[in-house]
Amino acid sequence: MELHDVWFVLIAVLWTGYFFLEGFDFGIGVLTKLLARNRKERRVLINTIGPVWDGNEVWLLSAGGATFAAFPEWYATLFSGFYLPLLIILVCLIVRGVAFEYRAKRPEERWQRNWEHAIFWTSLLPAVLWGVAFGNIVRGVKIDAEMEYVGNVADLLNPYAILGGLVTLTLFTFHGAVFAALKTVGDIRMRARKQAFALGLLTAVLAAGFLGWTQADSGDGASLGTLVVAVVALVGAVVAIRAGREGWSFALSGLTIVAAVAMLFLTLFPNVMPSSLNPAWSLTVTNASSTPYTLKIMTWCAGIATPVVLLYQGWTYWVFRKRIGTHHIADAH
Amino acid sequence: MDIALAPETLARWQFGITTVYHFLFVPLTISLAALTAGLETAWVRTSNPKYLKATKFWGKLFLINIAMGVVTGIVQEFQFGMNWSDYSRFVGDVFGAPLAFEALIAFFFESTFIGLWIFGWDKLPKKIHLACMWMVSIGTILSAYFILAANSWMQHPVGYRINEERGRAELTDFWAVLTQNTALAQFFHTMTAAFMVGGAFMVGISAFHLARRKSKKHRENIPVMRSSLRLGLVTLVTAGLLTAVSGDTLGKIMYEQQPMKMAAAEALWDGEAPAPFSLFAYGDVDEGHNKVALEIPGLLSFLAHSDFESFVPGINDVQKAEQEKYGPGDYRPNIPLAYWGFRWMIGFGMASLGIGLLGLWLTRRKFLLPKAMRTGEDEVPNLVLFRNKALGPRFAHMYWLVALWTMLFPLIANSWGWIFTETGRQPWVVYGVLRTADAVSPGTSQGEVLTSMIVFTLLYAALAVVEVKLLVKYVKAGPPDLTDDDLNPPTKIGGHDSEDADRPMAFSY
Repeated sequence: MELHDVWFVLIAVLWTGYFFLEGFDFGIGVLTKLLARNRKERRVLINTIGPVWDGNEVWLLSAGGATFAAFPEWYATLFSGFYLPLLIILVCLIVRGVAFEYRAKRPEERWQRNWEHAIFWTSLLPAVLWGVAFGNIVRGVKIDAEMEYVGNVADLLNPYAILGGLVTLTLFTFHGAVFAALKTVGDIRMRARKQAFALGLLTAVLAAGFLGWTQADSGDGASLGTLVVAVVALVGAVVAIRAGREGWSFALSGLTIVAAVAMLFLTLFPNVMPSSLNPAWSLTVTNASSTPYTLKIMTWCAGIATPVVLLYQGWTYWVFRKRIGTHHIADAH
Repeated sequence: MDIALAPETLARWQFGITTVYHFLFVPLTISLAALTAGLETAWVRTSNPKYLKATKFWGKLFLINIAMGVVTGIVQEFQFGMNWSDYSRFVGDVFGAPLAFEALIAFFFESTFIGLWIFGWDKLPKKIHLACMWMVSIGTILSAYFILAANSWMQHPVGYRINEERGRAELTDFWAVLTQNTALAQFFHTMTAAFMVGGAFMVGISAFHLARRKSKKHRENIPVMRSSLRLGLVTLVTAGLLTAVSGDTLGKIMYEQQPMKMAAAEALWDGEAPAPFSLFAYGDVDEGHNKVALEIPGLLSFLAHSDFESFVPGINDVQKAEQEKYGPGDYRPNIPLAYWGFRWMIGFGMASLGIGLLGLWLTRRKFLLPKAMRTGEDEVPNLVLFRNKALGPRFAHMYWLVALWTMLFPLIANSWGWIFTETGRQPWVVYGVLRTADAVSPGTSQGEVLTSMIVFTLLYAALAVVEVKLLVKYVKAGPPDLTDDDLNPPTKIGGHDSEDADRPMAFSY
């Protein structure tokens, strides 16, 4: 295994971390309209991720920065090519972060309501768009001999990618509902369980379709293995939440995300961005990567930093391990 | 194609708008993180509630500010790929590494511990809560270091070679990138300048509160604001003096590494020995000389080389030398922008330092102050200009107003410093290695770049209004009243005992 292969895996790890963690953040955002019945309940949901959403989002920045350093051509083609979808995601992440921080800083009804609308939409849109983006990456897009994306926005909105977007949306919302059931107490917890069950069934149908399509298109033995793990874990998560085993359900919905991302990266390898115009023009782990020297330095950095990050982020979840309910939310704001 | 809408022009405007905007929040974040941590340290060590009040007050303003810094920073991470894909392809092997280090080490630090700090008042023992704030501060400083090392490589590329076959720069010595003198000097200069911003911010807001003392509520704030005023003044003056020193160091390095930028900063068209420092100039770029000039003889030689005799090359000299080295072309940046940007940087910075020095003298402590002039903890300090004579209410009020209205001077200086150093490097994006015109994304359309520029500009403008209004609201509100829970933080991690598990969170969104 050469260094650029190692870095392919590490980039996959960073995206996995991002989708696992910000996945339930996005889900919580969507659930503020789906699950919460009033402002207090919306605030309970928002506060389950209050101390951690910012740290979770940094997994995206790390994936972006590490792609820039380890696969500059991939970074350049991807973000200049998927320009407008990325713009929408960036705008959403900007508004979303401000919405969390500023919502409770003024008492006016209109102020709070507007930020709550913002939290819903800016969670929903990126949840869809990341799926669309990864659907397109796996399927291949119009990349020319100069590694430039030559398609347009409409090309990105194909049925396979849109299905991918629906899968990430439902999967993240399911993951979020399970997280809500795990982190809250009282009436909202019971309803979170019920909603998680319904969402889980919907996700299972869509995810099986999308992953099956992926397998039929470009799968092999290893990807089939991850597909099976993803589907079994998802079914297990649904069964577990039905049985009221929230911890197990959350672990399994997380495992679904891990296995699904692993499957997408497995079908991708050794490409990082296949060209639909000519396979010879695809970006691969070799022609898109940095020099071994840079990769070696990056390996040291990621090898030391990532476990430490996991430790202190894990500690944060432990500090805020207590469930919260409507009675924990002060009226003052 | 209309030249005003050339992809390079649009992409540069967008980078300028998003980056200058982002950097409005950065220096305040860096300095307020450390200052808030300092105040919380004072609370933990002395148990004096005024320090806890101060921590909560400045911490709140810090949080409103850092939220904007964080979200506008996300754009920075991705816009190299969006608008500057050829830049990314060419430099990724070198430039990507410090960026990835920044995310993996600094951003995780900052974002995780800020969450612990915001929500941790009733979950963490006070020493651990305090440690979280110091972690945030360390995160902001590390972040600055890595990104400045990356920027310094654009100013003065080292530790790389050009791979002709792949058409890119490749890293050969990462240590050299991290520790070259440009990086160290830029880091030093940017950090001290950042602390000027936080210092002046603290002075201005404390002055605002000390100036209004009519109601009882306002008088209650005096002890907090007295301490804050002194802390702000000491920070502003110390950082201001160090900014002058670090600016001089960085300037001397730049005279060596980018003589064009520094010649442009002086609108010095033809080299001179000894070279004068320009106080005012009005030039004609096409003719290549100044029409009006007001100068101090010999000073520029001193700034560049520490003596009053040396030759300093002019714009026309460097232009000729670079044409010989890199081929025909115009290697001059926007001269008026460089010239005035340099002056505004120094002018606003030094004005603020002056106001800080004056304040430090006016509010001087016991050993310099006669007994009759001294004031108690809960009194507005006398402003004593000369021995035995405090300033009258009108002049005192005037100083408070000046301190308030000039509190953003260092921030303006910061912005102009960056505008100067980035536009002064043009037409290069990586000095001597890659031209800005060759760095833009060839595949993105004019419409895409224009769309994103309009979207970001409108969004940022709207958020600026929201943010400033919120800051004003919380500045005016003053320090919060402390509750029993505030004064008795938990003694173990995770919060108080299970019997009071149902009490409301100390802080919730």
